[in-house]
Parts: sequence; structure tokens; C-alpha cells
Amino acid sequence: MFDIERWQEIFDTIRKNKLRTFLTGLSVASGIFILVILLGFGNGMQNGIEKEFQEDAITKVSAWPGVTSKEYNGLNPGRRIRFMNEDFETIGYNFNDLIEYGTARVYVRGATVNYGPESLAYDLFGANPDFQFVENIKMVEGRYINQTDEKAYKKVVVIGKKIRDDVFRDLDSPIGEFLDISGIRFKIVGVYSEMIDEEEERIIMPNTTAQLIMTGETQVNSLEYTIPRMDNFEQAVATAKALENSLRGYLLKEHQVSPDDTSAMEFGNALEQAKRFYGLTNNIKLFFWFVGVCTIIAGVVGVSNIMLIVVKERTREIGIRKALGAKPWSIVGMILHEAIFVTAISGFGGLVFSMLLLEFVGPHVEIEYVLNPSVDLKVAVATVLLLIFSGTTAGFFPAWRAARIKVIEALRDE
Amino acid sequence: MIEIKDLHKSYKMGSNSLHVLKGINFKAEKGELVAIMGSSGSGKSTLLNIIGMLDLADTGEYVLDEVPIKNLSETKAAQYRNKFLGFVFQSFNLINYKNAIENVALPLYYQRVGRKERQEKALNYLDKVGLKEWATHLPSELSGGQKQRVAIARAMAAEPKVLLADEPTGALDSKTSYEVMDLIQNINDEGNTILVVTHEEDIAHMCKRIVHLKDGVIVEDKKVEQVRASEYVQ
Repeated sequence: MFDIERWQEIFDTIRKNKLRTFLTGLSVASGIFILVILLGFGNGMQNGIEKEFQEDAITKVSAWPGVTSKEYNGLNPGRRIRFMNEDFETIGYNFNDLIEYGTARVYVRGATVNYGPESLAYDLFGANPDFQFVENIKMVEGRYINQTDEKAYKKVVVIGKKIRDDVFRDLDSPIGEFLDISGIRFKIVGVYSEMIDEEEERIIMPNTTAQLIMTGETQVNSLEYTIPRMDNFEQAVATAKALENSLRGYLLKEHQVSPDDTSAMEFGNALEQAKRFYGLTNNIKLFFWFVGVCTIIAGVVGVSNIMLIVVKERTREIGIRKALGAKPWSIVGMILHEAIFVTAISGFGGLVFSMLLLEFVGPHVEIEYVLNPSVDLKVAVATVLLLIFSGTTAGFFPAWRAARIKVIEALRDE
Repeated sequence: MIEIKDLHKSYKMGSNSLHVLKGINFKAEKGELVAIMGSSGSGKSTLLNIIGMLDLADTGEYVLDEVPIKNLSETKAAQYRNKFLGFVFQSFNLINYKNAIENVALPLYYQRVGRKERQEKALNYLDKVGLKEWATHLPSELSGGQKQRVAIARAMAAEPKVLLADEPTGALDSKTSYEVMDLIQNINDEGNTILVVTHEEDIAHMCKRIVHLKDGVIVEDKKVEQVRASEYVQ
């Protein structure tokens, strides 16, 4: 392997057979390139989907009221269910061990919102301070609604980033500005950002304020909770399911709804959904691996084929070399040495090129559900080694056969 | 130098067996220039291949420079070929992607001679065949006669004990043939043993001895008055 004479002989051969070398190299390099890009996108997809779910508190369990469709305990169907403040408080108290954060939402309907002479049309609702954590909201400016706001019925709101960009684009900051909501002045105390654009077109005030000033009732429109952080995904799914069942059990009983009445209340469980998506990403990853492995196999077959042709093409040369005194093993060594050298150089070339592409282009990829496609260097190097190894193994047999051909037969080969 | 006793060789052709050499007895001393003649199928090429260790005899003895040649492994045969024998073929058999000097240097590579010494020796032998100026030309840029002279330089570069030429002028016109034979005679004059397989009478008479093969046996073995090829070369 470190025989300088042989290296020189190999370099001579490579230099004088540029096209053959180039084609061998190209097939190896493109095989590796495709594989790495595929694996990269598999990872990118996983990253993207994970992020999508992390943004919107993955562990959220929620309940919305509806209209009953079944008679129960002497109550007629068609009854509108109303969740009240007491429900929120009792649930928080009863299922404390299953809940990390909880919030209720109070929709403010029919209110007019004005900023100076400008009339605004955005979603408006009340929420608890913990809403920030349930929805995984990030503050861009100022602060979120806090306990003091809630207790003191403060007339404060936080707005989404998009509202700031649309309405307050002339100001340095909308903090401290006042919105006129149905004739009452609300002070803007914070601006938040969300993953999804529509969720940035919201004006949020404390629940207590919303109920006192806007609706005049103690009704809430939804109950939303997150479960405490769990060690693993399966445990989280199980806890979320337990919380959903507890909510259902409590709310059905409290509001006297038939257990099999599906329209009276609706329950959401983000984890259940996430579980499906995780399953999907696993499948996608598996699929990309499958495609990748097929690419590798195609690469191996390609390299073997080229080796076969190379050996065939060189049969006469091998005969000449043998007549001049080349031993069979030196023929095999020469062919394999060249093959390993070419596949190694082009394999790592393809690897470096594809890794660079992922490195520089990857972070700029902003397709939905694809984030920062990247590939594990160890996996990539292993595939290159595998390709070199299998290409060599595949090349060995024709080389060995060629070295065994009788000189007179090899010389007859045209 | 070469001693062959009762050599037999047959080829299997399906269920039939073709008996090509039927008991050859042959001796060649050092410095001889022997022409082996015969019509096609007479077994002259087979004999040369066996002498050249490119093929194995079925039975019989073969001694080359007091070394008995038998039970050869591929590796051993390669070693002997490299050390004892130089080949010149009808179709030149140069490696087409190597230039003249690299072709000539190739047997030295297999003798594990260093690169620099290889180059020097090869150039020296190219000079001997009058092709020093063509050292860096590829075979495709050379004429037939030039190619054969490169091949002869290559065969001589390894300094073999015996030079084996299988129809060395078979692919050349008569003028070029005489030039090549002139070169072979000069090499012989320096004391090298040479075996030439040919079916051309005039080429055969440029050797010192003619061996006639017919149907696998030697029918005639005579010394001849050597015709100098230089007489035909202007």
C-alpha cells in the first residue's frame, strides 16, 4: 500500500485514462451526494415537524362547550352547555397533579376596536396569565398580562406582532399606547410573537376584565391545560390522556351530559395528534433511509459494473504485463489499488460537497415542515466507507479472474 | 541454454483431444539464432508458448539454462518469465496509454528496479533500436516498424537469457521486416540466444539454423548460411 513505485504506476494509469477515472468517480460521488442530501432532508423534516409542535405547546389538552344532542337525567337535548369560572377553578384544584399550566378563554364578541380614528378588526378575547405558557407565546416587547392585572381588573391588553407591524408601524413601539375598545381605553403593555401568522392577529386582555367590562357574565368559552414535563414521550401521551379523561369525567357529570353525547363538549389533545405526526416522521425517516440504502446499492452495483468493464477493457494489458513478468497478485493489487483510490477520493469529494451544501444552504431552507436539513457526519462517513468496501469487494472478483486468465488467451483479446 | 526432451502437448476440444506436439526433442546453445518454421497448425506457436512458460506441457522435460521448468505456479512462472525471457509478438502488444520509454521500462518495474534507473536503462535500449527521439511518443504515433523496435527494446530491457519472437515481421512490409531482422541479428551478434517463429522463407534464412515442424514433430533441423538483413537495408 505504501509502495511508492506502485503509487506512481497508479497515478500514471489514472492520468492517462482520465475519462474512465472521471466516470467511475462521478458515479460514486453522485451516489454519495444523493444519499447525504436525502438523509439530510429526512432529518430536516423531523426537525421541522418537531418545531411546529413545540411552538404550539405540544402538551396541550383543551375542552370546548357545545350543544347536547341526547336526553339525560330528564334534561332535553339541544341544551347549550356553558363552562363557568367555577369549572376552571375546580378542575385546577382537583387535578392539580396532572396540570402544569391552565387558562380559560373568554371571547369578546361584538366589540369595536379603535386606535385613534382607525377602526381595527382583530380577534379579541380574555385569558389568564398562564395563557402565555399554555400557548407557548414569546414576548417581543413589554410584558404579558400578570396576576396583578387579573386581580385588579386592569384595562390592559397585549397585541400580536402582526398588529404592531400593521397598525403601529409609524411608532417606535406601541407600548403605552391606548386602544379604544367599545368606548373604554385599554393600555397596550406587550407585544408577542407566535409561530403561525393568524395567531399574531389577536388582542388579549385579562379574563377578569373581559368578564367584568365586556360580557358581564362568569362564563368562559374554553378550558386549556398543559401537563407537567415528562421524561419520555410515551409517558407524556399517557398523562395527557389521563387529564383528558379527568376533564371529561368531571365536566360531563357537572353539566349533566350523557357520557355518549359527542356534541355536548369537544376535547382536544395535541399530544395524540403529535403522536400521529411523530409516527409519520418516523415513517418518513424510514422511507428516506430505504431510498438511501437503495441509492447505496445502486452505487455499489454501478461501481462493480465499472470495475467489470475496466477489467474487461484491460484484459490485453493484463496479458502483456503478465508476459513481462507481473505476478497474479500484483495485477489484482494494481486494479484494486486504483479502484480504492478513485472511489475513496470521489466518495469523500461527494461527501464534502453535499455536506457543504447542507451546511450553507440548509439553515436557509424555510419550507414548512422542513427545518435545517443536516446529516450526522458519522453516518455519512460510514456510508462512504461502506461504498468503498463493497465496491472493492465487487471489483475483486473480476480482477482476480482477469489475473488468472492465461497470458496467451489475454493477448488474443481484442 | 534450452533443452527439450520428448515434449507432448494436447488440447481438449470438447470430447476430442487434439494432439499438437508429439514428442519434441530440441536443443539450443547460447548465442544461437533459431528459426522455427512450419505451416499453421504445425504446433510452432505452441512450442514457443511452452518455451516461454505461457503454456504448460503435458509430459516431457524442459530445462532452461540448467533450471528444470516443471510444476510451475503462476507466480513462479511470472518470476521466470521476468528473469529469463523476453517476448516479441506479431501484434507488438505495447500498452497503448504508455509512451515508448514507459513501455520499455515496464519489465524493469516488475524487476523492482528504481524509477530513475528504469528511465536510464529504457532510454539506453531505445537508443540501441534507434528510437531515442521517439521516447515520449505513444504507440499510436509510431509506425509498425517503430512499434516492433520498441517491443524489441522492451524485450531486451530485462536482459533476458532467451529472446522469443513470435512472427515478429508478420504484420510488417518486407522493407520494414528486414530492418527488424537486422536489429535481431545485431542483438544476436552480441551473444544473445534468440528463437524466431516464422513461416516466411526469407526471414528464416536470416537465422543461423532452421527447425521445421510438421504435425507436431520436428521433420528437419539444419544449420544454414545466414543472410545478413543489412544487405537489403539501404
